[in-house]
Amino acid sequence: MAASPLVRARGVVKRFGKNTVLDGVDLDVAKGEVVVIIGASGSGKTTLLRCINLLETYDEGSITVDGTEIGFRDGAGGGRRRRSERELAPIRADIGMVFQHFNLFPHLTAAQNVMLGLTKVRGMAKAEARKLAEQWLSRVGLAEKFESLPSQLSGGQQQRVGIARAVAMGPKVLLLDEITSALDPELVGEVLSVVQQLAREGMTMIVVTHEMTFARDVGSRVVFMDGGRIAAQGSPNDVLVNPTQERLKSFLARIEFRQH
Amino acid sequence: MIAATYAYIVTNFPFLWQGLVVTLQVSALVVAFSLAGGLALGVAIVYGPRILYWPIRAYSDVIRSIPLLVLIFFVYYGLPALQVQISAFWAAVLALSLFKTGHVIETVRGAIGSIPPGQNEAGKAIGLGFGQRLVYVIFPQALRRFLPPWLNAVTDTVKGSALVSLLGVVDLMQSIQQVIGRTYEPLPMYLYGAAIYFVINYTLSSLSRALEARFAYIRE
Repeated sequence: MAASPLVRARGVVKRFGKNTVLDGVDLDVAKGEVVVIIGASGSGKTTLLRCINLLETYDEGSITVDGTEIGFRDGAGGGRRRRSERELAPIRADIGMVFQHFNLFPHLTAAQNVMLGLTKVRGMAKAEARKLAEQWLSRVGLAEKFESLPSQLSGGQQQRVGIARAVAMGPKVLLLDEITSALDPELVGEVLSVVQQLAREGMTMIVVTHEMTFARDVGSRVVFMDGGRIAAQGSPNDVLVNPTQERLKSFLARIEFRQH
Repeated sequence: MIAATYAYIVTNFPFLWQGLVVTLQVSALVVAFSLAGGLALGVAIVYGPRILYWPIRAYSDVIRSIPLLVLIFFVYYGLPALQVQISAFWAAVLALSLFKTGHVIETVRGAIGSIPPGQNEAGKAIGLGFGQRLVYVIFPQALRRFLPPWLNAVTDTVKGSALVSLLGVVDLMQSIQQVIGRTYEPLPMYLYGAAIYFVINYTLSSLSRALEARFAYIRE
């Protein structure tokens, strides 16, 4: 009935040496869906996210975005070969990512941070890129900050530039990696409301977070990872409010405890 | 004595000038070659495949552990033994370039290595290719850390180029030696030479300080 999922992971395995971080992950994300991944640290949630735009390579299995296999291409002899940097660049351009530590380019202004990908990857003319960058920065509430360097911005403002930089590229899917964990508590709200707005507009997102209220409010689905596998998933209500699984219950209990 | 020295310098000025030109030529060539070589190998040692790491590491460590003078003699007297004929000028340039490349590799490695890995990842995430990430993301940030030690190395090159006089290349140092040979006035002539080296290198280090201040705004 539904069209094929925008992001599809099948049997994804990732090892760091002898340590298996992802142990056969299957995940489908439909267009317009907001999938929130929760789990203890070391559960593999960030690694899974980083595999989707191949900041981390995976060893087995398959991840496709809009039908394109991310990590591999078909080899000459029928097998598959890892994609080269050259093949990856245009694939990554269609997958947005926002980082825990913002990772803004410190030598560029807010506007230039957003423009870099537009001019160098999308091949836009400078004036056109400038206009789009200003549009996006205004939409995340930074109309006064086009010319500011990252060092002149607060954490919350930097992260909103980070979001503008990712969405201005017009990505098919947006990956958010604990984007509020490096922020002071009073700055979390301004960043999450931007994400909420994007969710309402139908942006497909995969979100790794520790903010359970946020997971409940914007998630169309919540996925609980444990030991490199998906241990439970379902509607925010099923997973967060009425959990049945023991590990999930104890994880949520610990989180709840911290939040009060 | 001062008047007499002044007269030597004036009469010998065209000859001394020619020596200065050679010193500047050697220095400029060495700076250019070592910058090109050191940049390529420095980038390769940080981002290159494992196979490249050890040969570059070995080259850099060995070359930086040999006295420059030994290297100069080795190239000048050693290459002809391998049937490679090379003039004293180019032997000097080659030896100095090999030496300086080792230092530039380390400077590049340190400067690039100081950029947080998140910068490279952010560049990847918006679809920049490897070369684009270097040019637009990594190098502009690494420049601030690269310039001071590199300009220091440039002044070292100018000073080190005096060693080429030992191969008979008529650079500033050698031309001074030869004027002394004719006039038997070593002290004033060495003072004159020291003054010229000082002017060149002091200008370079002032430039270095100015550039450092210019790029201080880049912070992580």
